Amino acid sequence: MAASEQEILAGLAEIVNEETGIPTGDVALDKSFTDDLDIDSLSMMTIVVNAEDKFGVKIPDDEVKNLKTVGDAVAFIQRAGA
Amino acid sequence: MTSRITASTGAAYARILGVGGYRPTRVVPNSEIVELIDSSDEWIQERSGIRSRRWAGPGESVVEMSVAAAGKALAHAGIEPEQVGFVLLATVSHPYQTPSAAAEVSHRLGTSNAPAMDISAACAGFCYGVSLANDMVRGGSARYVVVIGCERLSDFTDHFDRSTAFLFGDGAGAVVIGPSEEPAIGPTVWGAQGEHAKLITQRHSWVDVREHLADFPTLTMQGQSVFRWAVWQMAPVAQQALDAAGVRAEDLDAFIPHQANMRIIDAMTKALKLPEHVPVARDIAETGNTSAASIPLAMERMLATGEAPSGGLALTIGFGAGLVYAAQVLVLP
Repeated sequence: MAASEQEILAGLAEIVNEETGIPTGDVALDKSFTDDLDIDSLSMMTIVVNAEDKFGVKIPDDEVKNLKTVGDAVAFIQRAGA
Repeated sequence: MTSRITASTGAAYARILGVGGYRPTRVVPNSEIVELIDSSDEWIQERSGIRSRRWAGPGESVVEMSVAAAGKALAHAGIEPEQVGFVLLATVSHPYQTPSAAAEVSHRLGTSNAPAMDISAACAGFCYGVSLANDMVRGGSARYVVVIGCERLSDFTDHFDRSTAFLFGDGAGAVVIGPSEEPAIGPTVWGAQGEHAKLITQRHSWVDVREHLADFPTLTMQGQSVFRWAVWQMAPVAQQALDAAGVRAEDLDAFIPHQANMRIIDAMTKALKLPEHVPVARDIAETGNTSAASIPLAMERMLATGEAPSGGLALTIGFGAGLVYAAQVLVLP
């Protein structure tokens, strides 16, 4: 069964928390990874790789720059078949 | 009846007999770097772990620095220049396409016309050289081989590119490899992935420069993609080198990865699940990324400070432009 938006958001929030220490409650769909959460490009890549593992999807390097908000990442993971 | 060819025979095994380094005189702190880019000391340290680097000045060419480092390595090994059977010099920043820097270094060291060549394998160049030298000693083509990694990357750095201006440094590190009665250099796990050639590259070809189509070709890098490759593809390579040598991670006395970026070093150490008691080289903080020179420079520092013991087991891994990589387990000199 495909994961719901809420399930993906919760899983992603845990990954973000583990990499950056940001509380999971702050990882909301409308938050920008760079402007709101202050996540740099290398931490972003760590989050991407851990999300690939967790959700069993592929997120190509070229796609990472398009994931500007948490919502963008959740939508991509959902479309990619999680 | 045709006569038979006499084949060369080498030593049973090879080992590193000595190490030496040369760090340029001028220390360049982050405060100097940020005069030309929109950045800060804090941003650079957070992003790379680099506090300062050395930049070479007059009298500190690739040849000069290589001669200095190799001289120290020979003295440490107790080997005379006349005994040297080959000089291998890994570099991507010798500013002459030809002749090689190695030929002049061989002469300047005072070898007896020891054969010499440069290796173009970027940040993996030193580990490539160690593997070749190991095979030369064991194959009988040379008894003692000087392997040098030397870079003057400040000449090829875009000092206005905020993503790389702070990264690169200059310096040279060298080892002498010779015969051993015991195995002291493990099998090399290495490869090249040319499909990623554009991830780290000189911006333009020399021909483009000649045709006035481009300025002096500095280095450019897609940092985020390189980070992903370096951490999640290179940690398994490091593990393969351990497995090939039959050495367990907990038995290591040092982990000496290429000093690419402190964030890569930290993430790779985590991905490799290296036990906490194994010291990890972090020479990059005061040296920057010196490509082919970074592993021997870090090795020299760890031995000099007592962080790693002489005779201890070290895991080394070089990785960079190509993309190319090489890893091996070594006994420290």
